[in-house]
Amino acid sequence: MISLVSLLIMRRKEDKIVEPLSVKTLKEMILYLADQIIECKPLLTELDSAIGDGDHGIGMEKGFLKVKEKISVMNPSENVYEVFATTGRALLMSMGGASGVMFGHFFAAGAKNTEPKAVLKTEDFVALMQKSLNIIKETGKAELGDKTMVDALEPAVMAMKMQDEPSFLDLFRSAESAAKEGAEKTKEYQAKHGRAIYLMERAVGHQDPGATSVWIIFRSFREFAEKHLPDKPVA
Amino acid sequence: MKKIINAADQVVQELMTGFVSAYERYYEKHPEVNGIIYRNRRKNKVSLVVGGGSGHEPLFGGFVGKGMADAAACGNIFASPDPGTICETAKAVDEGKGILFVYGNYAGDNLNFDAAEEILADEGILTAHVRVWDDCASAPPERTEDRRGIAGDVFVIKIAGAACDAGLTLDEIKTVTEKARNHTRSIGVATSPGSIPGLNKPTFELGENEIEYGMGLHGEPGIKRTTMEPADVLAETLYVNLLKDMPVEFGNEVCVLINGLGSTTILELSIIYRKIRELLDRDGVIVHDAELKSLCTCQEMGGFSVSIMKLDTELKMYYDQPCFTPYYAKEGR
Repeated sequence: MISLVSLLIMRRKEDKIVEPLSVKTLKEMILYLADQIIECKPLLTELDSAIGDGDHGIGMEKGFLKVKEKISVMNPSENVYEVFATTGRALLMSMGGASGVMFGHFFAAGAKNTEPKAVLKTEDFVALMQKSLNIIKETGKAELGDKTMVDALEPAVMAMKMQDEPSFLDLFRSAESAAKEGAEKTKEYQAKHGRAIYLMERAVGHQDPGATSVWIIFRSFREFAEKHLPDKPVA
Repeated sequence: MKKIINAADQVVQELMTGFVSAYERYYEKHPEVNGIIYRNRRKNKVSLVVGGGSGHEPLFGGFVGKGMADAAACGNIFASPDPGTICETAKAVDEGKGILFVYGNYAGDNLNFDAAEEILADEGILTAHVRVWDDCASAPPERTEDRRGIAGDVFVIKIAGAACDAGLTLDEIKTVTEKARNHTRSIGVATSPGSIPGLNKPTFELGENEIEYGMGLHGEPGIKRTTMEPADVLAETLYVNLLKDMPVEFGNEVCVLINGLGSTTILELSIIYRKIRELLDRDGVIVHDAELKSLCTCQEMGGFSVSIMKLDTELKMYYDQPCFTPYYAKEGR
């Protein structure tokens, strides 16, 4: 009886340490993400060639090369939000195309008008993503089902909000899986924005490149967390 | 596919370097960003800045010059320039009288130029914009604002440039430029795809004997795919669709542009114009001016578009001002 109780206690989810992310770790995570996106250039190009003009992979590579440059030379900052703002600004000012503005917002919009923080907690990250999602929807006038990055980002934010006292790994896992499902669902949709709009029903059957990029972002965060932010049980 | 390039990633940079140095009499490149700046621009007036994706040359860079644009902000291949490029290019030609941006109505361009205008407003620079949406095949009349900008860009830039030189205020220039935009319609037919330099792949698939009416400059699907037809049938089909969208009446004056999409020859454009002219004459429409050139292209894309701008006294006055760029020139009349 006693052993069963102790077993139950050991299995309780909240009995692990969730360490907030430092500025240094966050920078490493963004740099890891940048490499993953650059590696995915052929996939994004292929998806965009089917329904757009094939420039999404080129744009994302250009943007994340600029991110690497800016993050590497970033002033020593005590503010985690500065890392997100720098990332978003680098994308906005270097990518061009609609995706430059939208992926700029992905990182920077949620970091705007925030109180500086030395470390990022899971709830800070969720709040940041929610705010970015709102701005992206507002700027792009995009709703779920419009065949855009929102189709991956909105479910990801929802999934993260459903997590009860998660670790970063839990958070990224839930976001990744929801974003993947959302990106795959875009195959069923007609586009309402961007150049794919002109395809009408001919866009059906093709996955949206922007939604795919959102999935790759959360997948990269999850991979980084698995390697560097493992769940630690309470000693 | 044989494409005369070096590395895919270098295409835009090498294009900028070559283009600007060939025309260095007229142009200089912005030291930091892909902006083409007219050296001999008139001072003390509203500045006209155009821009968009690269790969459509001579659009937009080739329309920088006397009586035309003061500068062009150039993006990557078929992708809008980023706000950094737009802002720096605009600031390089700012005379303190305001900046008018003219660009094609595409999601990416709209977002990036809007972002740039926001940044410039924060710096106290007055700006306005006119989005060109002349392609009447790209959305029905009740959704004009969803239409794309194609070769009609040229007419709108011409009018805007002349209005800037006339010393009008930013608001006045915007109004007349919008009128030029609203009086312009275009429609095209594609006979073969273009390509994205470096991607080594056509921008769309089109059968050997197939054509597509209304297809966009980047291969956005059009309104009707059919088998190849004689030039006169192509011309008449486009003409009928154009006039359905913008009625032109007996006695109206128009400017006409037969624009090659990249690999279509002057010979072919001339044969098309011959038929368009015949139809305009039949309908009692007066051709004030015409142009047969490849001004708004998508690499080696085959086909052409027909653009018509309906003139009134004001538009005619600005259209008749002389202008010169390496790719577009008009004597005054």
